[in-house]
Amino acid sequence: MNADSVIEVRNLSFSYGEVPVLEKVELTVPEGEFLGIVGPNAGGKSTLLKLLLGLLQPRQGEIRVLGLPPAKARHLLGYVPQHPAFSRDFPVTVEQVVLMGRLGKGRLIGRYDRRDRRIARRVMEEAEIAPLARRRIGHLSGGQLQRVLVARALACEPRILLLDEPTANIDMRVENELFDLLRELNQRMTILVVSHDIAFISRYVHRVACLNRTLVCHRTEEIDADTIRQLYGGEVRMVHHHHH
Amino acid sequence: MDLLSSLGFLQSALLAGLLASIGCGVMGSYVVVKRIGYMAGGIAHSVLGGIGAALFFGAAPQAGALAAALAAALLIGIIRLRWREQEDTLIGAVWAIGMSVGVLFLAKTPGYGTDLTNYLFGNILLVSGAGLWQTALLDLLTTGLVVAFYRPFLAVSFDEEFARLRGVPVTLFYLLFLCLVALSVVVLVQLVGLILVIALLTLPAAIAAHHVQTLGRMMVLATILGIAFTTSGIALSWRWDLPSGPLIILVAGAAYLLSALAARWRERHTSPEGAV
Repeated sequence: MNADSVIEVRNLSFSYGEVPVLEKVELTVPEGEFLGIVGPNAGGKSTLLKLLLGLLQPRQGEIRVLGLPPAKARHLLGYVPQHPAFSRDFPVTVEQVVLMGRLGKGRLIGRYDRRDRRIARRVMEEAEIAPLARRRIGHLSGGQLQRVLVARALACEPRILLLDEPTANIDMRVENELFDLLRELNQRMTILVVSHDIAFISRYVHRVACLNRTLVCHRTEEIDADTIRQLYGGEVRMVHHHHH
Repeated sequence: MDLLSSLGFLQSALLAGLLASIGCGVMGSYVVVKRIGYMAGGIAHSVLGGIGAALFFGAAPQAGALAAALAAALLIGIIRLRWREQEDTLIGAVWAIGMSVGVLFLAKTPGYGTDLTNYLFGNILLVSGAGLWQTALLDLLTTGLVVAFYRPFLAVSFDEEFARLRGVPVTLFYLLFLCLVALSVVVLVQLVGLILVIALLTLPAAIAAHHVQTLGRMMVLATILGIAFTTSGIALSWRWDLPSGPLIILVAGAAYLLSALAARWRERHTSPEGAV
């Protein structure tokens, strides 16, 4: 295994029942990369993240995350789900949600200790939600809630951050702000972000993995209309943009 | 001499209401935020099966109720987790089967026909010294566990998937949680009976949810409200010579309606500062 890579996926196949979702996927993610995973709906993007987290088991092939099987590396990952499993009217504050990222480090009995609270405070400041700490999550806007989920993932002190469609429910301005935050975080951790919006994320990420059952990687400079047509299998309007 | 058995029956009833309100405030809050009122209803009704069997075999009805409630909770929980069976069908089955078993046992137990109403609608005035001790013990167990494991309980009830990713034993805490709901149900059955128990479990917590921001405060407020409802219900039943269970529920129901109206009114008349 490559010493610098944090994720190694070899010959990975997965299916829900008879329906193949992923076929012979190969992926190596070097430490410190900002990788975008794009593709059409039901192309297997969320499934790939769940396999990396060990929430699903591969049908074939092998996954190594930080040199470990996914379920064992889980505590080193931060995960921002696309559809959070909670209901918005649950009576819980921003700070309480962020603190949940501290679970699983140590005992289950008792309360959060001073260090947990300090880390929660720090990541809330980083995600610029510290003033909202005592607010109930039901009283947040979509963009604010997304930042809370990022902060909760950061509270795990992850080495790799996985985000599933983090901008699905927020407007363009907030989307830019969120990706600016991710670019900053990328200074110290590897980031994988799933998106359906190839044009938007290619301004930020180093490399784009195009996933539609099979996976093809492109350096962001290489992406053009042909790549997109190949991926989505049809005519797609391409928005031109400049790379940094 | 046992202090509790020397109390008059009115004092016993008030104390029973107070003790039951603690369990009902704590677990009722979870039942409301997790939206498992129907599941709690299934557990409550299956209790009749245990009571019937206990009376038939000459055992203490409380013990039968406890065993049946725990069995129903574990059955529903394990089948849901293992077989991914449709939850509402499953609960409905446990609900009706429990009651059927109970009615059949009671029909074959001589001299207990008239007592059925006490189990269905409760009779707080029958709660004795031993019953009070049991209630106090169950309270202590429930609140002790909920306080000790506050973090994993909150995480599992808020977001199961994330809790699992953080290495919290989700299945264990889910089943433990259902067992605690079952214990609270058993405590409340003696007060208001198994048909009315869901109202007392959920209404104080639902009212509290209108007015506080966190689950912890919800539990405290729901407990206080529970005490207020049981006390005023018992007072009214004393004054008018009417069954206490239905009166407690009607007081709670009226308070819930007023609170819901107040919450709506407040929502309309305050600026939406949260939505940016």
